[in-house]
Amino acid sequence: MAANDTLEGCFELMGGDFSNAGAASSELKSILTKLGISADIVRRAAVTAFEAEMNVIIHAVAGTMHYMIIDNTLTITLNDMGPGIESIELAMQEGYSTAPDWVREMGWGAGMGLPNIKKYADIFKIDTVVGEGTTLEIYFRLKGEKC
Amino acid sequence: MLTVSAIAERLGLNVVVKGDVSRTVSGCYVSDLLSDVMAHSKDDNLWITLQTHPNIVAVAVIKGIAAVILTNGRSPEAETVRKAEAEKVTIMISADGTFELAGRLYAMTKDLQP
Amino acid sequence: MQLSKIIDLVNGTIVVDGGVAAIDITSVCSADLLSNVLRHGKKGALLVTCLNQPHVIRSAELADIPAVLLALGAIPVKDMVALAEEKKIVLLTTSLPMYTTCGILYGAGLRSCVED
Ligand SMILES: Nc1ncnc2c1ncn2[C@@H]1O[C@H](COP(=O)(O)OP(=O)(O)OP(=O)(O)O)[C@@H](O)[C@H]1O
Ligand SMILES: [Mg+2]
Repeated sequence: MAANDTLEGCFELMGGDFSNAGAASSELKSILTKLGISADIVRRAAVTAFEAEMNVIIHAVAGTMHYMIIDNTLTITLNDMGPGIESIELAMQEGYSTAPDWVREMGWGAGMGLPNIKKYADIFKIDTVVGEGTTLEIYFRLKGEKC
Repeated sequence: MLTVSAIAERLGLNVVVKGDVSRTVSGCYVSDLLSDVMAHSKDDNLWITLQTHPNIVAVAVIKGIAAVILTNGRSPEAETVRKAEAEKVTIMISADGTFELAGRLYAMTKDLQP
Repeated sequence: MQLSKIIDLVNGTIVVDGGVAAIDITSVCSADLLSNVLRHGKKGALLVTCLNQPHVIRSAELADIPAVLLALGAIPVKDMVALAEEKKIVLLTTSLPMYTTCGILYGAGLRSCVED
């Protein structure tokens, strides 16, 4: 891929839609794989996208996942309408989860999603307004090492 | 016959809430789903789980769990500790993952029971 | 360890054969919380769980986990089977509980996914 090639796309996400959970991240993974991006970066991007996608499905009402590749950087942006996050500091703590019991019975609510995104992303930004929604920006450098 | 305290020592577990550690353990149940534990665990089982939520204490009491072991070094929530102390439910932490810890315990009890 | 050997060890049943014969399992991750799987499950691992829902297959697919073993005789829902077929993820079941499954596989030399 030439350095100035831009590639982008967007997926719609619905809160509560467990039957399609992960479909957007799965499609993103296959797009990234076809572009010839290294398997390690594809795996990290897929896992972080999936955690973020699940958070919209579990905690928010509706949202979008947007990806863009430009200048050898992959940016995944998740935008949702939802309750927002009252304390980012708490939410980033491993084990902190407000997921209700039925979500825990579905295999989510370990309170590890945001910490996982932080661990696997090169850069991770979170912006939230209580009562309105949350935006996550996740960056991956496509050449060179994770810093 | 293994007691909770003997197992804690042999597996190098960190006891965060000490209930009756002299209890004899009948076996072990591994699950992170509370409904599954409610349905299938037996009296005096150890329960290996990743769940740190306060509800684990209620499940442990109802099901007569001898002790709860949290894996991957996960710490119980503050409310979980408070409830466990009130109910005298033993909670221990292992740095091992669930697979490793279950494997080590299984190997240990097989050695002991002819 | 060859996946076929693992199937023998736990007396497993193949529900979806995503190329069982060719798969070599390098580690095991046992959990019912999927974010834990996404954190600790390594490429090439076997996932042992009781969750019978399609998003388990999604987790496996996205984390490069080639095979899922459902313990305690859990019956996969239809959508889970369909997704495993589509994504070529091996789906197995055993009637053994998680504890015994872990015990047997650990005893046979398999190890956890260690954190990097
Ligand atoms: N998009 C979101 N909108 C509103 N709240 C959110 C959102 N994402 C996360 N949160 C809040 O932050 C908490 C921690 O999120 P995190 O992803 O780490 O854990 P979880 O989703 O509860 O469980 P897990 O990801 O392990 O299944 C959530 O329980 C929720 O309270
Ligand atoms: Mg989450």
